[in-house]
Amino acid sequence: MSTDTVETIRTTVPVGAQYAPGSLLDWSEALVPGDIVLDERVAPNAPWSAVVRAGDVLTIVDVGGNQSADCLMFNAHDTSERYSVPDTLTWQGNAYVREGTVLRSGLGRPLMTVVGNEIDRQDTIGGACSKESNTLRYGHHTAYQHGCRENFLAEASRHGLTSRDLVSNLNWFMNVPVEADGALGIVDGLSAPGRRVAIRADMDVLVIVSNCPQMNNPCNEFNPTPLRMIVTRNEDTVR
Amino acid sequence: MVGARDTASVLAARADARAQGSNVSDWMPYLPAASSPFAPEGVDPSALVWAETVAPGGYTHKVVARGTRLRLEDVTGDACAHVLVFNALEPWERLNVADTQKIPWQAYLGAGHPLLSGEGRVLATVVADTSAHHDAFCGTSSDEWNVVKYGDAAPQGPSPSGRALLTLAGVKHGLTPRDLPPSVSFFQGVRVEDDGALAWQGSAGPGTYVDLVAEMPLIVLVANVPHPLDPRTDYVVGPLRVHAWRGDPSGPADEHYSASPERERAYLNTTDYLEARGL
Repeated sequence: MSTDTVETIRTTVPVGAQYAPGSLLDWSEALVPGDIVLDERVAPNAPWSAVVRAGDVLTIVDVGGNQSADCLMFNAHDTSERYSVPDTLTWQGNAYVREGTVLRSGLGRPLMTVVGNEIDRQDTIGGACSKESNTLRYGHHTAYQHGCRENFLAEASRHGLTSRDLVSNLNWFMNVPVEADGALGIVDGLSAPGRRVAIRADMDVLVIVSNCPQMNNPCNEFNPTPLRMIVTRNEDTVR
Repeated sequence: MVGARDTASVLAARADARAQGSNVSDWMPYLPAASSPFAPEGVDPSALVWAETVAPGGYTHKVVARGTRLRLEDVTGDACAHVLVFNALEPWERLNVADTQKIPWQAYLGAGHPLLSGEGRVLATVVADTSAHHDAFCGTSSDEWNVVKYGDAAPQGPSPSGRALLTLAGVKHGLTPRDLPPSVSFFQGVRVEDDGALAWQGSAGPGTYVDLVAEMPLIVLVANVPHPLDPRTDYVVGPLRVHAWRGDPSGPADEHYSASPERERAYLNTTDYLEARGL
């Protein structure tokens, strides 16, 4: 399938979030085998959401390498129960997300579990970029650039959710080290084209992703690329 | 008669109830605030707007004006103040821990650290800190956590969870569980080791305090419960003293206002928002 043949339209709106022609793309395949129940491509700068059924596994492919996939999760049947960074970190006693990490809700319950991971560690400290925080981080001239919070709000609103439902999130394929003196920030990624993470739903989960359009830090190597989302079902894990 | 108390008639029950009014407790609010027996040194008691000792396992909450200076004091070295702040005018603007750590490029809270909302503005600033033992990673305890650790998490039970108490505090301002984001906690420190392990530091000892300045009208929710990583198997938490007094919001004359370009723009955004509202 061709990946870079989108026709150019004339517009005065600042667009950004386009990857360089010739960027290496590796669409890869599901990390956990099974019947494929969903297989979608997410364009740079685009939001995405789906309900992943309990027992099903979502593979996210970092097609172009070091493309942050900002991610929120909700109990699909009661969205007031949602992903909680502090509960996830407290239960595992560690600040980074790796294979085996249980992604917990604010009630302390497992939403999803990382069952496959092809990079050293995933980030859940760095939060999402926004038009608003861009003005702090990079200056007021970035106020009309795109941000993940816009994607989250737009996609969440399709499910009846509002800004009250947005909380600190996960960033697949983003690298945020915490140094000894507490210095923290987004640095060059640990991923590469075709690297994957696989997360198993521990209940029916609404997953919302923003394919990060940030153009001012290395969360996507300054070259926003697509993501591939594959949901597989395995008779051994269906609940 | 019930024991020595006469509550057989309405008049007798009324007299019995009224006779209790002058009792004191180790944890209680002091009204008027100027009457606080623990007024902070150097603060004019007539400027106090909030004076309270929060019980171990208790919570408190208040709407405070822009410029209010809020002191939290760990009396015994065992308090842990789990704090959420909201823009009182539009409470869907609220503490965003990720931005609070990311935008100052610093994970550990300390003097000068802004508590940022998700709207690119400063809700409050840590302006004084004699503890330096705080945490913005672990949030507060959930019911599930406390049931596993202590066997109970009910808000009026022996080991209430922080989330249960913050939920009650929030409800009293019209907030629901959806409105409660991850919180920060003061007085029990956590540090991140090289491999990401969250290392418990404990407190800096008795008598330390943290001062926050409200940069806009705020709803403040505080739960005083053990830090989730507290290694003690008993539910151990000390009283938390709270005082607040009238003061000024941060301005260009303050060192922390322009301590970094990110912070200065955050204060500019805050002032811009408030001035348009006539504040």
